[in-house]
Amino acid sequence: MSAPLLEVRNLIKHYPKVKAVNGVSINLQPGTCFGLLGPNGAGKTTTVEILEGIHSATSGEVIYKGEPVGNSFKNEAGIMFQSTALQDFITVRETLMMFAQLYPANTDIDELIRRCNLIEYLDQDNRQLSGGQRQRLLLAIALVNDPDIIFLDEPTTGLDPQARRNFWDLIESIKSEGKTILLTTHYMDEAYTLCDEIAIMDHGKIIAEGTPEELLAAHFNDVILQMPISDIHEHETLPFPSQMKKGLIEIATSDVNKTIEVLIDRNISLANLQIRSRNLDDLFIELTGKALRT
Amino acid sequence: MFLKRFFALLSARNKEFLRDKSSTSWNIIMPILIVVGFAVTFTSDFSDQYKVGIYVGTSSNLPQNTSIETFLKTKHIEFVKITDIENTIVKIQRHQLDMLIDKSKQQYWINEESPNGYLVEKILNADGESRLKKQSVTGKEIRYVDWVIPGILAMNMMFSALFGVGYVIVRYRKNGMLKRLKATPVTALEYLSVQIVSRLLLIMAITIFVFYGTNFFIGYAMHGSHLSLFLVFALGAVSMISLSLIVAARITSEETAGGLLNLISWPMMFLSGVWFSLEGTNPIVQNVAEFFPLTHVTAAARSIMIDGAGLLENTYHISVLLIQSTLFLLIGAWAFRWE
Repeated sequence: MSAPLLEVRNLIKHYPKVKAVNGVSINLQPGTCFGLLGPNGAGKTTTVEILEGIHSATSGEVIYKGEPVGNSFKNEAGIMFQSTALQDFITVRETLMMFAQLYPANTDIDELIRRCNLIEYLDQDNRQLSGGQRQRLLLAIALVNDPDIIFLDEPTTGLDPQARRNFWDLIESIKSEGKTILLTTHYMDEAYTLCDEIAIMDHGKIIAEGTPEELLAAHFNDVILQMPISDIHEHETLPFPSQMKKGLIEIATSDVNKTIEVLIDRNISLANLQIRSRNLDDLFIELTGKALRT
Repeated sequence: MFLKRFFALLSARNKEFLRDKSSTSWNIIMPILIVVGFAVTFTSDFSDQYKVGIYVGTSSNLPQNTSIETFLKTKHIEFVKITDIENTIVKIQRHQLDMLIDKSKQQYWINEESPNGYLVEKILNADGESRLKKQSVTGKEIRYVDWVIPGILAMNMMFSALFGVGYVIVRYRKNGMLKRLKATPVTALEYLSVQIVSRLLLIMAITIFVFYGTNFFIGYAMHGSHLSLFLVFALGAVSMISLSLIVAARITSEETAGGLLNLISWPMMFLSGVWFSLEGTNPIVQNVAEFFPLTHVTAAARSIMIDGAGLLENTYHISVLLIQSTLFLLIGAWAFRWE
């Protein structure tokens, strides 16, 4: 394994009444996408904003390319905040050019416009952009200085499914160039698709870290059988752990054949039975006891 | 690199302002409306009330003169104690004061061209025994509109500076725009410099437009150098923009910023000598007014426009504005927070 591009050691951020970040240590390998997941208030954004240089840490170290983060870090980092307003009455082109001039070096702006699919909106006022167009512009701004490391804080929140998929394609193309990405997200499918490695945070601490596959394998050795609750006979008690979820009954089992045999013995219809693998949503609930989206 | 970033931000800020048609037109129309409104309302008389200055000198043994004591009891004449004879004589010449009586030397000054002065003199000498020595001066009347215009122009600058910079910075902080800029290599000093220069350019452009535009129709007094007036206004604008940077340094709520800006601007508007002379007002008010940049811009601009004074004669006001600008700017930059 190569030396990490960004190394975070025992990061702590205390506010007068809250310990927002409580000893976070993570490593970002060059050219990978690292996902930071956690429920609201877990400390993800505070952690990321300390790494971005927006806030200072109470204690801990942030090492970039083997040295403590210095003034030049801003020139090499691309940042997309959770929510950012853009100047009114300024066009997309003018906004991009303004941000480009704030940095000593820039990427090829025309190529950036093409890649972020902004050509059609270049002369449009920022106020007239849709959610997806706006997020693509914010991503383009984050890439305008040709950064080595990119921080994306919940970049697809509020986007429709198609816009999210388009955004994922963009992030994949950035990854393919060898850029290092730190992504925070609420969407487990997003993390599973984009991230090479993830860390789950809760109460300011990292409670699990690894590749999505490693984490799932480490925490689960079963699958989930799902069927409509209406298919179970009234007053029927199943002899294995189960839970109700949105009109479905979910049975966690490591022996599918045996479970199905029991269901057949009890004359329960298997017509609507579905079997699914454990996913990051399950892992998240398992670890934090909270659903990501309520 | 500093200049590249500076001009990038300056250009974006200016475009934002100029393309906001409602804001731009309001910034131009409001001062024109105020100037024209005052010109129409106060076309001739400085004041309808008779005003007489009384100088007693330093001696404790003043000569007794019953005529003066009787005159001082006259109703509908405002008697103002004055300490500076030279400046008061100038006011007599301008018709801003109808008469000056020096009790210590038993003499009075009157403007031979002033109808009010003529009438007040008739009242003084009604018993034919005043025995005061008459001193005559002459001079054209300074209309109220001539007197009030420098203050109105300065006041418009104040509103544009305070609300145009302070409010905008708070809005940017609230909506996260400042946070986004903090993530770039832009420094706080660069950002604040842009705000100052951008607003200064706009204020000066609008002030010049309003000044020459309204002067073409109204024709108010301008006896001094246009360049001196421009420099005084520019310095005043910098001072008031810097003041707004202090207000906007940390506030995150537009409501709080609006309240604070009103708290600053309203006393300045009424206590800086824009609408009426502070002479004869409570000394506490006069002392408080000395801390307002608007007081010094108004006084310096007025002396240039009405008296034909230059920068040298306004050394005091210019020095105060320079000190205030520097002080406000340092405090504003020190206290500034991106979030």
